Amino acid sequence: MSGMLVSARHVAQRVFAQPAAAVALAWLAALAVAAILAPLLGLDPLAQDLVRMLEGLSRDYPFGTDELGRDILARAVYGARTSLVTAAGAVTLAASIGVPMGLVAGFFGGWRDAVLMRIVDLLLALPGIMLALALIAVLGRSQAAALVAVGLTGVPTFARVARAQVLSLRRRDFVTAVEAFGGTPAYSLTRTILPNSWSPILTQMVVLSSVAILLEAALAFLGVGIPPPTPSWGEMLRTGKEYLYEAPTYAVLPGLVLTVTILAFDTIGRALSSVLEGRDAPLARPVESP
Amino acid sequence: MPEPVLSIRSLAVTFPGADAPLRAVRGVDLDVHEGEVLGIVGESGSGKSVTALAAAALLPESAQVSGTITLAGQSVLGAPADTLRRMRGNDIGVVFQDPSTTLNPLLPIGRQITEGEIAHGRLSQRDAPARAVALLCEVDIADPSSRASQYPHQFSGGMRQRAVIAMAMAGRPRLIIADEPTTALDVTVQAQVLDLLARRQKETGAAVVLITHDLGVVAEVAHRVAVMYAGRIVETGTVREIFSHPRHPYTAALLRSAPRIDATGGRLDPIPGQPPNPGALPPGCSFRPRCAIGGDRALCAEQEPPLRPLAPGRAAACHFADEVRPPAQAASVAAQPAEPEPTRAAAPLLEVENLVVHFPIRAGLLRRVVRTVRAVDGVSLRLAAGETLGLVGESGCGKTTTGRTIMGLVPATAGRVVFDGKAISGLDRMALRPVRRRMQYVFQDPYSSLNPMLNVGDAVAEPLRIHGLYDEMGGARWIAQLFDVVGLPASAAHRLPREFSGGQKQRIGIARALALKPKLLILDEPVASLDVSIQAQIVNLLQDLQRELGLAYLFIAHDLSIVKHVSDRVAVMYLGRIVEESDKRTLYDAPTHPYTQALLSAVPAPDVSEAAGRRRIILEGEIPNPAAPPPGCHFHPRCFRASALCVREAPNFARHGDSETRVACHHAGPLEPDAPLRHAMGAAP
Repeated sequence: MSGMLVSARHVAQRVFAQPAAAVALAWLAALAVAAILAPLLGLDPLAQDLVRMLEGLSRDYPFGTDELGRDILARAVYGARTSLVTAAGAVTLAASIGVPMGLVAGFFGGWRDAVLMRIVDLLLALPGIMLALALIAVLGRSQAAALVAVGLTGVPTFARVARAQVLSLRRRDFVTAVEAFGGTPAYSLTRTILPNSWSPILTQMVVLSSVAILLEAALAFLGVGIPPPTPSWGEMLRTGKEYLYEAPTYAVLPGLVLTVTILAFDTIGRALSSVLEGRDAPLARPVESP
Repeated sequence: MPEPVLSIRSLAVTFPGADAPLRAVRGVDLDVHEGEVLGIVGESGSGKSVTALAAAALLPESAQVSGTITLAGQSVLGAPADTLRRMRGNDIGVVFQDPSTTLNPLLPIGRQITEGEIAHGRLSQRDAPARAVALLCEVDIADPSSRASQYPHQFSGGMRQRAVIAMAMAGRPRLIIADEPTTALDVTVQAQVLDLLARRQKETGAAVVLITHDLGVVAEVAHRVAVMYAGRIVETGTVREIFSHPRHPYTAALLRSAPRIDATGGRLDPIPGQPPNPGALPPGCSFRPRCAIGGDRALCAEQEPPLRPLAPGRAAACHFADEVRPPAQAASVAAQPAEPEPTRAAAPLLEVENLVVHFPIRAGLLRRVVRTVRAVDGVSLRLAAGETLGLVGESGCGKTTTGRTIMGLVPATAGRVVFDGKAISGLDRMALRPVRRRMQYVFQDPYSSLNPMLNVGDAVAEPLRIHGLYDEMGGARWIAQLFDVVGLPASAAHRLPREFSGGQKQRIGIARALALKPKLLILDEPVASLDVSIQAQIVNLLQDLQRELGLAYLFIAHDLSIVKHVSDRVAVMYLGRIVEESDKRTLYDAPTHPYTQALLSAVPAPDVSEAAGRRRIILEGEIPNPAAPPPGCHFHPRCFRASALCVREAPNFARHGDSETRVACHHAGPLEPDAPLRHAMGAAP
């Protein structure tokens, strides 16, 4: 843990000093702004222009129209809302279940560790998509169901990261010191161990965002995601596939934004972990005896 | 005068730093001749290791090096890689600080120590095994033929360092660089290794550069000394002159600040401030901010004094070298009036009875207990209010576990701990909370004992907040007062731990331990990770606090000099048991247990005249594994008085005659001047 980075601003500076990460952030920011401001941009994802169905690129519809004559650009922008909200919700859900599980398992050990980690193993043993499909079968198709399904698949990762953090921190003197003052286990966990664990947890949140977006799109593509007419990238890809011959440009935009968004999250995740592990700019240190 | 083996002229080494370049070495000149041991002394950051690594051309590539280094008539700087490789095999051998990282864990020792000679074509593969045995034999490793085929993890720390010395000396190099060769070793093992190093040096006639922070080691082994400070040599001379008549105020202050085993208490004389950062050196003389004689003189502030010769073979870099006074001798330190004896209350504050802590070692699929580590194996202690009990022992003897168990951080296997009239062993974390208000712990490593995410003001306030007493105890005013007590500005409270030096962090750790106004502090090696000049500051602080606040200390340490300096009573621990306990004076002046006697004789004293006349007991072997302690008296395999009784039966811990001392030995008694010091029980393990 040499050169522990404690200032979030310092970390952010070094992450976005990497050009790829800066470009990725710019893309995500633009996407978020577009998604939030979509109603103000005069884009309507539901307006049907039944005369101009399955059109190619044109002045009125830069990315063409779908099978009901709806604007593909408008639907892709509104699809970003679906993707980003589902991803953010799912990752938050996964972290808020997984992190406490990992903290408790790692700190107390014993039977709690055994029980919690077997649950995690169980979750990991099922492929994420299978788990999500099963959940949606039970809960029915809705955005909430997709969010919960995607979120649950992320729980094991957070539980393992948090547990590993506790195991490496709990023997450190400053954690023992809190016990020596008479701090309760809850105090040790929430006030001492958790604040010192945020960096790997944050990295996982970014990395899992891309997984969540992909999984949400996959569910929609399989026709079990968010029910129509709410636009979503996966749903657009699925329909686009049906009209591959009539409108070859249909799937271009949703495919492109999906790919670029996933790449962007991955790039930032990589940059973040390189900074937190001190791999970004090795500083020479003089050798000196104690 | 013959050519020196190593000659360095105006060496400068700079590393690229985050803000400013780090000027680690700034103009060093030195010569080392054949058959000579040159000690380089300095605190961390003084540039002593960098100088030595430069001589062996082992600096990382980022270092910018200038000057000239001549080794055995050849220039080292700028030499082609081929030449350097030949030099490293033939002319120079290096012994590093930590033998556990110097050796390759995947190669048998015998192969490693002959690898160099084979690579240089001086040894054939066929002769290598025999050569390995011969080399191990030269460094006194028992049973060398079977040891040669073992791996590093099968060697103890001291044996590893012997193997490294064997490897460094295998090619009979003309120069040996030993960088803190004994710092990672225990006192009794250090004595063995220093002995060996000196003997091999005499036998081979090599020149040795010995780098250390320990003045005692230098006094013991070196012929000539160079004292380094802030990247420069500030004084050179023969070891006798340096220790009796230092001519640089830093050397004099360093000698005064170290507690000595032959002194009788009083107050330490620390060097104020801390060593400068090589990235931001003060203008003028770099020692000026901490100097006792430079003070406000304009010359010191403006001009860095050159290293100027004072007599043949003697030089000091001080404008006012004539004003430096010699270090106080043992007698004058004792001039202070003796401190009043702490009043012994009827009931002791802390009473530990037959404390036992065993750690099970589990193995296999079913996690069955295969062995137990007997970390603490029946320890009894008593500590009165306001008193200091020193607990000394070598690493692995169980002293830290004892402290942590008393604090309730490690569960006791058996035994009783009574604190302030209340039995506290066996209580759980919640039940211990009220007890922990009155008993606090100071950790060895100030770097890891502070939460890196918490500013130091909150760190000091944390114990108060945990107990919900922040406002009751005076809130921010009390915190500011605590900072003041430990000698830090209250304005430092909003800064993060990483912005402080080691000594300052330890002050913060002490302030935090004092926040709840405890009655007892358990101090676990509180100064072991600090520089010599900083150690004295912390020791003085602890003593002042004790006097003002009436604290009781359980002072855990391996350094016998510091323990003697701070303690009222001292207990010596060996392999989980207390072997001898007495008041300080009796224990140090008239030790009765052979282990105590050996331990005391093994401490290198920073005094040349004494080092020459003293009789050293060099114990054989090392502390056995606490998972498989020897039968009977744990100490018998290394003891020079052991008899058949000692193998059969563990001695009781009982009063020795009518003295203060309690001792666990069948043959306790004063050291007889003519008694044989090698034990009679056969070969060493």
